[in-house]
Amino acid sequence: MVERAPESPSAADEPPAGSPTAAAAGGGGGTGAAAGLAAPGEQAPGPAAPPGTEPGPSGQARSLWSDAWHDLRRNPVFVVSALLILFLVLISVWPGLIATRNPLSCQLNKSLDPASPGHWFGYDTQGCDVYTRVVYGARTSVTVGVCATLGVAVAGSVLGGLAGFFGGWWDALLSRVTDVFFGIPIMLGGLVFLSMTGSRSVWTVIAFIVLLGWPQIARIARGSVISAKQNDYVQAARALGAGNARMLVRHILPNAVAPVIVTATIALGTYIALEATLSYLGVGLQPPTVSWGADISDASQGMQFRNAPHILLYPAAALSLTVLAFIMLGDAVRDALDPKLR
Amino acid sequence: MGRYVVRRLLQMVPVFAGTTFLIFVMVYAVGDPVNAMFGERAPDPATAAQLRAEFNLDKPVWQQYLLYMADIFTGDFGNAFNGQPVTQLMSTAFPVTLRLALIAIVIEIIFGIALGVVTGLRRGRPVDSSVLMMTLIVISVPTFVTGTLVQYVLGVKWGWIAPAVSPAAPVGELLLPGVVLALLSLAYVTRLTRASISENSRADYVRTALAKGLPRSRVTVRHLLRNSLIPVVTFLGTDVGNLMAGALVTERIFNIQGVGFQLWQGIVRQNSPTVVGFVTILVIVFLLANLIVDLLYAVLDPRIRYA
Amino acid sequence: MTQTQTQPVPPSPSGPERLLEVRDLHVEFRTREGVAKAVNGVSLDVAEGETLAVLGESGSGKSVTAQAVMGILDTPPGRVTGGRILFEGRDLLALREEERRSVRGARMAMIFQDALSALNPVLSVGYQLGEMFRVHRGSSRKEARERAVELMERVRIPAARTRVDDYPHQFSGGMRQRIMIAMALALEPRLIIADEPTTALDVTVQAQVMELLADLQREFRMGLILITHDLGVVADVADEIVVMYAGRVVESAPVRELYRAPAHPYTKGLLDSIPRLDQKGQQLDAVKGLPPSLLRIPPGCGFHPRCPVARPLCHADEPPLYEVGRGRASACHFWEELLDAE
Repeated sequence: MVERAPESPSAADEPPAGSPTAAAAGGGGGTGAAAGLAAPGEQAPGPAAPPGTEPGPSGQARSLWSDAWHDLRRNPVFVVSALLILFLVLISVWPGLIATRNPLSCQLNKSLDPASPGHWFGYDTQGCDVYTRVVYGARTSVTVGVCATLGVAVAGSVLGGLAGFFGGWWDALLSRVTDVFFGIPIMLGGLVFLSMTGSRSVWTVIAFIVLLGWPQIARIARGSVISAKQNDYVQAARALGAGNARMLVRHILPNAVAPVIVTATIALGTYIALEATLSYLGVGLQPPTVSWGADISDASQGMQFRNAPHILLYPAAALSLTVLAFIMLGDAVRDALDPKLR
Repeated sequence: MGRYVVRRLLQMVPVFAGTTFLIFVMVYAVGDPVNAMFGERAPDPATAAQLRAEFNLDKPVWQQYLLYMADIFTGDFGNAFNGQPVTQLMSTAFPVTLRLALIAIVIEIIFGIALGVVTGLRRGRPVDSSVLMMTLIVISVPTFVTGTLVQYVLGVKWGWIAPAVSPAAPVGELLLPGVVLALLSLAYVTRLTRASISENSRADYVRTALAKGLPRSRVTVRHLLRNSLIPVVTFLGTDVGNLMAGALVTERIFNIQGVGFQLWQGIVRQNSPTVVGFVTILVIVFLLANLIVDLLYAVLDPRIRYA
Repeated sequence: MTQTQTQPVPPSPSGPERLLEVRDLHVEFRTREGVAKAVNGVSLDVAEGETLAVLGESGSGKSVTAQAVMGILDTPPGRVTGGRILFEGRDLLALREEERRSVRGARMAMIFQDALSALNPVLSVGYQLGEMFRVHRGSSRKEARERAVELMERVRIPAARTRVDDYPHQFSGGMRQRIMIAMALALEPRLIIADEPTTALDVTVQAQVMELLADLQREFRMGLILITHDLGVVADVADEIVVMYAGRVVESAPVRELYRAPAHPYTKGLLDSIPRLDQKGQQLDAVKGLPPSLLRIPPGCGFHPRCPVARPLCHADEPPLYEVGRGRASACHFWEELLDAE
């Protein structure tokens, strides 16, 4: 990525990276807090050197995946984060497994009480059990993270992939549209847009993240499809008369999908952080939805944590650990899938 | 070089138009500013109509947008609904946020690049792995969590700092919020510099520089770092967007009365001219930052300059 | 003259003054897969004004030997584990890094294969040439620039004065290689190591660059080590040849004698692989198989798995360098048969 020589294929029809029009492969800035780890040309196997240039046809592409899996199983970072995520998903689906109370039934007379047997994390300002709320908060974060990522990945890959494959006016239009979206830092957009919507559910926040997040994936999908398309064996398949659909599915998809997966995995963690930050700022989730960000915001109101730090520390720790787990997973997946680092 | 600048500026125009229009639509088409002004009470229809006419709210959105843009180019950002010119709010808010952002940028550049060089040259060693793990943690902990924890530990528990910044926001009081704001980008700069350095340290031209008998320090600074900083500079431009997001949060935590504070006030009170005005300026700053970085990129890399 | 032996150094033979003596050099690379023995007891000599060609496939240890002599091995993982490198009477391996550095570039210089990647892309050629004077001679910026122009003129770059501020990518391949040569010549070193100096160039340009190099060498009476796998280049310019295989010297001889009658089956294989006009239509006898992994060099003679004349003895006993004639040596148990056959 460093040698962004002007003659590289991706630069040929685009201004050099770094402009708002080509804000590095990972699309760092425009997406604000959601800028993935993969952001700035550091490692995202973006257009300049996608894995697609290394593995050959699907046979070899399969070995990329099995190699990656082989590496992952031996990577302690992956194992730890995967176990943590498994646990998070479990308690998101069945929070009753480890928390028997109702997060919304609170006793005001216990407001800010410290920890006691059966209530290990104490009570918050409204007298709700902090432990129960921390457990139920996982469901919100995981739902937002997973659904927003799925939405962004599907919308981005379809739009970007088709633009890269067919080129022409559709590609030109899409490039301009992504430029416009990259011009709006995601947090700023969230503040303005979400504050204008009256009531916000988990799905409002997810829809917003998809709306502003898809160009990041679209740009990466477009770049990797373009470079996969230029591979000799793809050209050969075309010369042999393979149809568009077959080309896309058999030859281009297996090679273009890795960078998208890497970017999306890392973005998942940042979307969770984004939701929490928006909720903290008061434009994210509203009660009765339980959100770690909103709980931390409540704890910070007039610095109520001054005398009851537990109302701040537990949700903060849960949120940070969750984001860390997903970001570590993304990091490990990137290392495994990026042939440059092999 | 001249043609390059002109081309960049021209490319900025449609992006600027599209971005501001998108913001404009979000504010004016999704919400109803006049209703919001009156809060719970239903406004008197005549007054409402008069206000709508005054703020051009009775016209189609695209006309409103063009009228607004025409005003902006004469330096008129309109008045907030309470009659205060938006530019007046800006003149008090922007210097504060600028100070905060500059502190953060200086911190992230100095420490980020230093850490990146140290780890990049020692890839795989203990220093490298521990710094790398730390950057992952910093990236994972959202800025509002870091900020609140710092405020709690240093401000409340240990009493080292005042938990809130005074309205004048002198540089001394902004140092710690600046560190909080810088942390996330600092981690990115570190990782990016590290990757860039460790990739370039195997480059042929570094071997040539060694074969020329140059001292290690000169090889590292003049040859290795000079090349490795190119992607880092690119990142710093796009990172201005991250800094804005972070500033919104940091100003909220430490009660700093800068852009984030005013924007927040505008949103809470549904004061659309304030919101659109501030966001437009922020978008311009973001686009300009990217333009400057583009030019810097050309200065650093002659292959772009002469392309 | 070239004397290659495994055993203690005999006193210097008469003739031109000896510039470089490498004795029993060992270099290892510690990799994750194990220790790669890249250079195993190489000895070679270069006298003033003499051209020594080092011949071998990639992985034969020729470039690593050169890097060890220059002192620019990648350490770690590379490490000199034994031997001596005497240059102008001093053992370079015993010098402190600071003294070693003052030798590099000033007393011995290196020309690399691919000038486009070996020159720094973001610094002007004038700066990179002038740097030699500024660092080693303490020249002023202005003086260094003046010297850079002179150097460019000396290597016959047209319009040197107007091109001194240009960047490497603005020159053609041949011109870039001339700049590399100019950089090596800057401080009039006594020894130049040229690592495949013409491999990356067009055939027509190759001849010009080699000619330039040979002219300059005669003019300054420098020693030249020419590392190459191209036997055609060697025949024109070299005085002596050292053939390397799997980190060892397998044959050394004056160039004409080696061409007339190779005393090692590997050398013979290399010579037979040159297409010749007078043997049109015949099959080329390339050396069959691949060079061994340096992690697992076969016991006995390293070449035996590919050797057409190998016998059981070759699997068990590592052949020493036999003295096979005046100034000639071969590491083959059956050198006599080879020479008789010619």
